[in-house]
Amino acid sequence: MTAFSTGTVPAAGSMATGSHEAPASVPAATRTMSLAGALNDGLRRSLARDDKVLLLGEDIGKLGGVFRITDKLQEEFGPRRVIDAPLAEAGIIGTAVGLAIRGYRPVCEIQFDGFIYPGFDQIVAQVAKLHYRTRGAVTMPITIRVPFGGGIGAVEHHSESPEAYFAHTAGLRVVSCSNPQDAHTMIQQAIASDDPVLFFEPKRRYWQKGEVNTELGADALPIGEARVLQPGSDVTLVAYGPLVRTALDVAAAAADDGVAIEVIDLRSLAPVDFTTVESSVRKTGRLVITHEAAQSGGMGAEIAASITERCFDWLEAAPARVTGFDTPYPPAALEEAFLPDLDRILDAVDRVLGRRNSLTGWEARA
Amino acid sequence: MSTTHEGTRTHEAHDDIPVHLSQLEDVVQLISPTGERLSSPGFDPWVDDVSTEQLADLYEDMVVVRRIDTEATALQRQGELGLWPPLHGQEAAQIGSARTLRPDDFVFSSYRENGVAYCRGVTFTDLMRVWRGTAAAGWNPYEVGMATPAVIIGAQTLHATGYALGASFDGTDSVALAYFGDGATSQGDVNEAMVFAASFQAPVVFFCSNNQWAISEPVGLQSKRHLSDRAPGFGIPSMRVDGNDVLAVMAATRIALDRARSGGGPTFIEAVTYRMGPHTTSDDPTRYRPTGELDEWRAKDPISRVAALLESRGAMSDELRSRVEGKADAVARDLRAGCLSIPQPDPMSVFDDVYAEPHSGLERQKGQYAAYLASFENGHGDGAEGGGAS
Ligand SMILES: Cc1ncc(C[n+]2csc(CCOP(=O)(O)OP(=O)(O)O)c2C)c(N)n1
Ligand SMILES: [Mg+2]
Repeated sequence: MTAFSTGTVPAAGSMATGSHEAPASVPAATRTMSLAGALNDGLRRSLARDDKVLLLGEDIGKLGGVFRITDKLQEEFGPRRVIDAPLAEAGIIGTAVGLAIRGYRPVCEIQFDGFIYPGFDQIVAQVAKLHYRTRGAVTMPITIRVPFGGGIGAVEHHSESPEAYFAHTAGLRVVSCSNPQDAHTMIQQAIASDDPVLFFEPKRRYWQKGEVNTELGADALPIGEARVLQPGSDVTLVAYGPLVRTALDVAAAAADDGVAIEVIDLRSLAPVDFTTVESSVRKTGRLVITHEAAQSGGMGAEIAASITERCFDWLEAAPARVTGFDTPYPPAALEEAFLPDLDRILDAVDRVLGRRNSLTGWEARA
Repeated sequence: MSTTHEGTRTHEAHDDIPVHLSQLEDVVQLISPTGERLSSPGFDPWVDDVSTEQLADLYEDMVVVRRIDTEATALQRQGELGLWPPLHGQEAAQIGSARTLRPDDFVFSSYRENGVAYCRGVTFTDLMRVWRGTAAAGWNPYEVGMATPAVIIGAQTLHATGYALGASFDGTDSVALAYFGDGATSQGDVNEAMVFAASFQAPVVFFCSNNQWAISEPVGLQSKRHLSDRAPGFGIPSMRVDGNDVLAVMAATRIALDRARSGGGPTFIEAVTYRMGPHTTSDDPTRYRPTGELDEWRAKDPISRVAALLESRGAMSDELRSRVEGKADAVARDLRAGCLSIPQPDPMSVFDDVYAEPHSGLERQKGQYAAYLASFENGHGDGAEGGGAS
């Protein structure tokens, strides 16, 4: 599979063995789905297409997962394809490694972002490195699904954004979807990839609805590529996952004010599609990056540094980051303060435009 | 890559996992579900001193704790709490163990041990803070001898082991008691805790509340044997008691505490109980709970059997009933008032307590956020030209 470079969602039956495949020549079908429903359908198609695909996670069987992303899949494919795992994340990931060595294509569900850490060692030391450590003899076609991010009023460990740890780890691919269409195609592309993929799902957008063409096939954007969601000439605004929706709201608000923002949905965090970001910044000369994760050592730092290296002569202002603070994710009553929102991003837009903003004169005052 | 061989083994789909693996067989029981005082020679001496009045106190505790649970669930339904993890059905396991502890012992619990927190003296307001979403922690661990609950499954068992080790290094006879669930026994941390505790003979008690479920997963998915069977393999003696029997729980905990205090090292207690409510107020157990199971366990209710025992001793007077009801009513009122009195935190407090010592990077972010908040008062945000932060 070369899903990352071609974006191809394998045609039904192309790898296949399952008995659930759709007829090869179904006409393009567009349906309204929630992001959660799109993931569910994408998983169903992957299970049907390739009987080496297995789902493994806590409460994913009868319950259908705490977010119901695997709803009814165990009923349809049986408990050997959709496996309720004992309560141990190191166990889930480590077992997936063994299954992968044996030729399976495991899809692991981590129940919430903050519960991935017991499996961290298996991910970083094994999943990420086994292809390298076997000089290419062994592939790790493992997908690790992680509902991530805040904004749902949850208790601790349920709202984190740990993507940078994984983007920092060689051997892993890291992606995040922001809408139902991408959820549907990207989950299938991730599963089809022969590399391990950390798949971050914006949990506060699970119930957001949109049109999904379920038969995109080779027309799908490759999973490793960013998407320009809205063209604009004044400022480039880069977001991914839950904040893409917010970024579009920002662009709409700025347009009322005569500022044309180009919104880029990054989609792939490792590798980053710098070609797309770079050509946008060469046009706008201004860059704002936003994510919920803490600022230090985050994706924003990587993008700001790389774009500064690549586009220094085109930049009209220093890139600005609008991120979660360098604190643990706070209790629900404080998440509004913590999370980047429309006003905070607009403030940064003002900053890169050289307009008056909250930090005007701040260095001198501080 | 073709690594799949046609094997000779047949794959049994594992939908045959026994759901009922750890029901009430092979348990120590001192009070039957119908309220008879049963005798068990190894355990009786440990609760001989429990008078009828003390039994009535335990009854009161359990009624009160159930009421806390009911009131908190109501508060959640009314939008006053973000979430609540009910302990309904597990009152005897929590009260019977927590009421045997000394103030200088230290509890390490999961999110579900709110009845234990009540016994440790956590105030109602403090009990509600985290579930109301207003604070990262409800209480100061040192003030009540109880760590703030672990949401990361099983992590607290290692903390209990380390704390116990420290207590023994200090020459005290304080004990650490770790509460965790049946699901938690699958985590590496819990198994490592048992290795460390056994290796160092730490004065720690592993108290496993086997409530039959880890969200939607039956205990039979975590273990093919009784959970209490695992501990001996680590070199840790274990007991399996009826967790809905407050006296059996008390006896087992006293045995374990006594062993720990006298240098005998760790003990593992499996308290066989049942989660009568949902996993949390967000859960829908109708998706996975077999029909009839809840009714089966209702017949083994931890509170009604103590009431029956008190009745048989002629101690269930109107006076006791109204005393207990009065106390439960008062607690429910205090809990609600305590919950509603919790103030909304100041936005700037998002930066508090991240480090024990000053941190320049965070100070800078804090200063910038303060400037951001101030900018609303200063009327920025209208996109007006000016200043130019170049
Ligand atoms: C490391 C980790 N993984 C997953 C979870 C999600 N989770 C919360 S409670 C729970 C089930 C726990 O079951 P058990 O240990 O039996 O305790 P109970 O809830 O029944 O009291 C799970 C899977 C978590 N909190 N932490
Ligand atoms: Mg349990």
